Amino acid sequence: MTGILSLITFAPMIGVAAILALRAMSAGQDTAVVANRAKIVALVTSLVTLALSVFLVSKFDAKDTGFQFVETVTWFSGATYRMGVDGISILFVLLTAFLLPICILASWESVTDRVLEYLAAFLLLETLVIGVFCALDLVLFYLFFEGGLVPMFLIIGIWGGKNRVYAAYKFFLYTLLGSVLMLAAILAMASIAKTTSIPDLMVFKFDPQVQILLWLAFFASFAVKMPMWPVHTWLPDAHVEAPTAGSVILAGILLKMGGYGFLRFLLPMFPQASVYFTPLVFAMSVIAIIYTSLVAFRQVDIKKLIAYSSVAHMGFVTMGIFSGNAQGVQGAIFQMLSHGVIAGALFLCVGVVYDRMHTREIAFYGGLANRMPWYAAVFLLFTMGNVGLPGTSGFVGEILTMTGAYQVSTWTALAATTGVILSAVYALSLYRRVMFGELVNPKLAAIQDLTVREVVIFAPLIASTLILGVRPGLIFNLTAASVDHLVGAYKAAVGG
Amino acid sequence: MTFQDALLLARPEVFLAASTLVLLVWGAFRGDKAMGEVSIGASLALFVAAGFAAVSPEGTAFAGGFIADGASSFGKVAIYLISPVAIYLGDRWLVRVGNGRFEFPILILLAALGMGMMVSAGDLISLYIGVELQSLALYVLAAFRRDDAKASEAGLKYFVLGALSSGLLLYGSSLIYGFAGSTHFDLIAKSIEGGATGTGVLFGLVFLICGLAFKVSAAPFHMWTPDVYEGAPTPVVGFFAAAPKLAAMLLLARVLSEGFGTALEQWRQIIVVTAFLSVAVGAFGGLAQRNIKRLLAYSSIANIGYALIGLSAGSAEGMEAVLVFMVLYMIDVTGFFACLGALSRDGKPMEQLSDFAGLARVRPGMALALTALSFSVMGLPPFSGFWAKMFVFKAAIASGQWALAAVLLLGSVVAAFYYLRLIKTMWLDAAPGQIDKEPMDAKGVALASALFCFPVVLPALAVLEPLAKTAASAFGLK
Repeated sequence: MTGILSLITFAPMIGVAAILALRAMSAGQDTAVVANRAKIVALVTSLVTLALSVFLVSKFDAKDTGFQFVETVTWFSGATYRMGVDGISILFVLLTAFLLPICILASWESVTDRVLEYLAAFLLLETLVIGVFCALDLVLFYLFFEGGLVPMFLIIGIWGGKNRVYAAYKFFLYTLLGSVLMLAAILAMASIAKTTSIPDLMVFKFDPQVQILLWLAFFASFAVKMPMWPVHTWLPDAHVEAPTAGSVILAGILLKMGGYGFLRFLLPMFPQASVYFTPLVFAMSVIAIIYTSLVAFRQVDIKKLIAYSSVAHMGFVTMGIFSGNAQGVQGAIFQMLSHGVIAGALFLCVGVVYDRMHTREIAFYGGLANRMPWYAAVFLLFTMGNVGLPGTSGFVGEILTMTGAYQVSTWTALAATTGVILSAVYALSLYRRVMFGELVNPKLAAIQDLTVREVVIFAPLIASTLILGVRPGLIFNLTAASVDHLVGAYKAAVGG
Repeated sequence: MTFQDALLLARPEVFLAASTLVLLVWGAFRGDKAMGEVSIGASLALFVAAGFAAVSPEGTAFAGGFIADGASSFGKVAIYLISPVAIYLGDRWLVRVGNGRFEFPILILLAALGMGMMVSAGDLISLYIGVELQSLALYVLAAFRRDDAKASEAGLKYFVLGALSSGLLLYGSSLIYGFAGSTHFDLIAKSIEGGATGTGVLFGLVFLICGLAFKVSAAPFHMWTPDVYEGAPTPVVGFFAAAPKLAAMLLLARVLSEGFGTALEQWRQIIVVTAFLSVAVGAFGGLAQRNIKRLLAYSSIANIGYALIGLSAGSAEGMEAVLVFMVLYMIDVTGFFACLGALSRDGKPMEQLSDFAGLARVRPGMALALTALSFSVMGLPPFSGFWAKMFVFKAAIASGQWALAAVLLLGSVVAAFYYLRLIKTMWLDAAPGQIDKEPMDAKGVALASALFCFPVVLPALAVLEPLAKTAASAFGLK
């Protein structure tokens, strides 16, 4: 089985190569025909990657707490090509592979300009993101982590909305600023511990004083990526300007790299510092939950509203992670996966009406349920998921993170519960303003309900939201061993 | 050591000097129509010299004035291999602008010879000779288009300020000689052993570092860089942004480690300040530039700052990092200027940022190459510039300078903005009109360098890194 992780990681690159070859061979042909072929190539590539990831999960031994499918190739002194997955990262690999075909399908008709480059950028992004979750060497991790900026910058910058250049710059520079500090920390760790191997560093005991600095550097990077209040301001801009599929990737996967980083680096490598900073993280999480929920309520742009709600939901994730117990961490992982699906689906929902009307202004819409009953049903399901209605996957993550946080800090959990109410306020009011009431805007009179392609896109998302809502054990079975191991080591290190 | 042994150690330089003279006479007889032949001859001579350098025995010759060791071989191979690229690009370019003269390859040869002397310098005299030989050739090259007002201005500025720095260098050398009693690096080192660094020697060292900082265009001795980069012919800039910087950095590394290794704490302060200033000037100065050549000048100032951070580590790891950094940077910068040399619009070279608008639509290949090179110089993984930076910062952090490293890494975020602006202009802006067909030579070099900076660099590092490690061990630091 050695080599399967590299295969999954670099499988999308085969698609990129095929698209480039297609481009070179079909010079002078009808661009629409070529674009169609490229779309099929990209879709097939992403589906193959998905199939490989499913196969990977089926071969995964959920009892094993260590890393599996490990590959190690010495590169040069200072960096080793080392890959592997455990119960935490394997799910993110699966999530990435799951969302990518959906993104490609979602851009099937809405992207008409430079289609080949667009698809190549998405596949490249898939490689880099899967690489982030599989990398077991700090340098390799950083390589994938930072490399992801390039395709995302181009996706927002080239295929984005009116203000795309500003958003692309902001996204890039914000993230880069956080990341260079992480690079400094990575190099410092390499020189202290004399290794860049993540499994080795997870058991290496850093001096508590040093931990504080390293923690802050890593935190700067992941907090921007997550994003946490107050460094979240790039996210609404990036979301609003990005094309629909770009938003899906951003909310669905890229944000999760921050949470993954917390779990992979901060808790196991710097446990003392994590305990030391837990009040700070809790405060930031609670502010994120309440403040961004209130901000979301006041938005006039649908996408921006969902973007702010993402920040609020990520607040639950950080809170859960830093509660440092099994419920909190499990809940955080679950929340990330579920948010990846639900937020991705919500952005797709926005994309549906945006493709038809080319506006995302809430006031423009109203009464859509009359003309688009199926769409209204789908949107309702995901709105409920976003609110955290029991029965949807959104509920499980929220309740677990709050349970976890309650054991550590009652007040934090108490404050976070208000977020549940607030999310209902903004999400339901959005739904009411867009869907219900009379259909007054004459431009909406001829709007069409979901097409077959859109139904195909939504079907897997609906299925996973509901299935995970009633059978969360599917996820927990995979993560339990790794999370218990993580939490056990964390508690042992901090003497709790 | 017999005279023959000494000559054997200096074989690459002796061969290069002889070939230069032969080619010069050949060119003088044949006139400018011999430019092609002289270029080919010069390139071959450089390749042979690189071969000699690669298999060169180790030792010191000419009473310690000339050192052949791992570091000098490393530097020479790199310099002698990149110089033919400059000859190739410059030769074609000058022919296109109707200024083809056979002196061009000769001057590059002389400059390369000077650089070979620099990396082999074992005392202050050969150091000065190497630096001057290199610089004089470059002054002429900068003003090679003598009918062009800007080029003449560039050449003159370069010359006047260069002469000033040579003065500093000489003054520093004389002070060191006066107070240490020798011009040989190892004897200087002996005289200041045990921390007995007198004020006089330190004073001389400061001047010496200032003189060399001018040559690598480190702040605050960077003032000439933007003007000279802007005015000089593009392929020439591509040359003197690359190889001479490598030679001067190697020389600086050798002087500081072999001559003043025991005064590490003293010179480190200077290097740290220079590095900090260079990154700051390079990052913030570049923001205001609209001319790509000037922008690249600021980018080179910043990058030299990063190389100096590796130097400031004062360890074998740091020296290794400097070598890796300079080689990778050299390839990046060669590719960048090859792109600039290749692209023109309505017969005029594209030099303003706005000229690049919409390049991605018209010339996707070139745009992709420039994008890769920009990301690389920015220091984004997985491009070669990232690895270069990673090595120097790793060395700096390992030597305990993590605060400096963190601050300067933040500086790279500022600089990222102007590279991003170039990328944005190429990909996002609308294209105004047509771009001329690019010549194959410059385009080829540009694409090759872009391919090197990703993905070739990934396997190449596995070769380059051990080589640099062996080379750096010659400096005798821990």
